Amino acid sequence: MEPYYSKKLIKRFSNPKNFGLIKDADAVGSAGNPKCGDIMKLYIKTEKKPKKEVIKNVKFHTLGCAAAIATSDVICDLIKGKTLKEAAKVSYKDVMSELDYLPAVKKHCSFLAEQALKDAIKNYSKNEGKKSKKK
Amino acid sequence: MKKEKSKIYFDYAATTPVDPLVLKSMTPYFSKKFGNTVSFHSFGQEAKQALEESRERVAEVIFAKPEEIIFTSSATESNNLALKGAAFSRKKGKIIISSIEHSCIIETAKWLESQGFEVVKLKVDKYGRLILEDLQRKIDKKTILVSIIHASNEIGTIQPIKKVGQLIKKFNNKNPESKIYFHTDAVQSFGKIPINVNEMNLDLLTASSHKMYGPKGAALLFIRNNTKITPLFHGGGQELGLRPSTVNLPAIVGFGRACLIAEKNSIKENARLIKLRDKLISGILKKIPNSHLNGHLSERLPNNANFRFDFVEGESIVLQLDLMGIAASTGSACSSNKLEPSHVLLATGLKHEQVHGSLRLTLGKWTEEKEVNYLLKVLPEIIKNLRKISGNR
Ligand code: FES
Repeated sequence: MEPYYSKKLIKRFSNPKNFGLIKDADAVGSAGNPKCGDIMKLYIKTEKKPKKEVIKNVKFHTLGCAAAIATSDVICDLIKGKTLKEAAKVSYKDVMSELDYLPAVKKHCSFLAEQALKDAIKNYSKNEGKKSKKK
Repeated sequence: MKKEKSKIYFDYAATTPVDPLVLKSMTPYFSKKFGNTVSFHSFGQEAKQALEESRERVAEVIFAKPEEIIFTSSATESNNLALKGAAFSRKKGKIIISSIEHSCIIETAKWLESQGFEVVKLKVDKYGRLILEDLQRKIDKKTILVSIIHASNEIGTIQPIKKVGQLIKKFNNKNPESKIYFHTDAVQSFGKIPINVNEMNLDLLTASSHKMYGPKGAALLFIRNNTKITPLFHGGGQELGLRPSTVNLPAIVGFGRACLIAEKNSIKENARLIKLRDKLISGILKKIPNSHLNGHLSERLPNNANFRFDFVEGESIVLQLDLMGIAASTGSACSSNKLEPSHVLLATGLKHEQVHGSLRLTLGKWTEEKEVNYLLKVLPEIIKNLRKISGNR
């Protein structure tokens, strides 16, 4: 029998590296799980490189179950160093495969991570729009 | 040499280990005294005698007569038999339960509702105590059964069963043509705190062996003489025909033995548990900011402590504790298969997000003070770390 949570998930959950706040974040994304009431926030800081703009730093705050915390941590690693366009392609499936597997009732926790990411990217473009108007 | 890290069990409300003395009492009934209690020969009679002795022992715990005890396989079965059995014998009518029953009562009542019975739930106050006026309001001539859990498996709140019994008795005396049966699910209290079915005016009571250091697979339903119950099974007539099927004698003998031990020790053991429990409660409330006690401070089971912590989620706490070798439980939605928060905590008026960070710690016979101390040492750290992760330092 497989244990309820994978070894990888337990490791992420018990020692997440990416939680915390980015005070001067360029965008913040959030997602909530209406079913169980969990909340996740993703902070993104970007950096302009020649010809492209990449995600330099990303952090999360998650109030939720072990799967929610682990998937939050994973998604941060997955998008770090990527351009926003590349990051937008990251899905819950990528998150899940990083953790080997999730219990069936916990699949939605990985949706949470994807939603928070999408929200952050959406807010980023909004923020950028405002900035360029000011100029 | 590396010493194996010892594990700590704070989940006695889920199930208890079998007392070694209980286990010893059971062993002969597997291969040596294996007879079927309905057989006429000496093997059968030997088994029958052990069965009846066990019946006497469990009956004594609640001041019942031995012939008023039916052995079943589990509390779920006993509760099903009590509710469905009473309902079927009356054909129609109203069933009153509390809003903090165990799921096997709630689900049984729900099913009976689908079969045409009326089901109403009674409110509880913020401590999880039954609001008696609500019962007074809802009880009527259509009512056939009232079922109230004696002590909550989640928050440990003990209900005023005696007062409920008096209220029902009064109603029955005034309306002699339609007797209301009174049932209690005493799974968490049986063998732990005093129960007297006569003083409490009970007609039906459920208790289970594996919550009191007996084996799994044995439970009982007390059925007061002259209480009409329709059986769920039909067969060979065992257990007065109310629960036919070959009895699980080794488990029942163990159940009886567990009762004997409980009767002897419960007063001293309760005093010990209350001391540990209160140390746990005051320690946690003092050491962890934004922590709260669920349930009543004193009207609670000697072995139950239930908390909620703001800004954290319960499953995470339980898993962190597990990684530290401590077994506990939570009413958080994330930990349940249905992703629904504990209906008991919701019934006490808590909001979904408050239930979210709940933690149940239940103590037992083998809980030691140093284990409580260890928990008091590690839990504040765990909560602190999880709050950092949730961004609510
Ligand atoms: S976020 Fe609640 S179950 Fe995972």
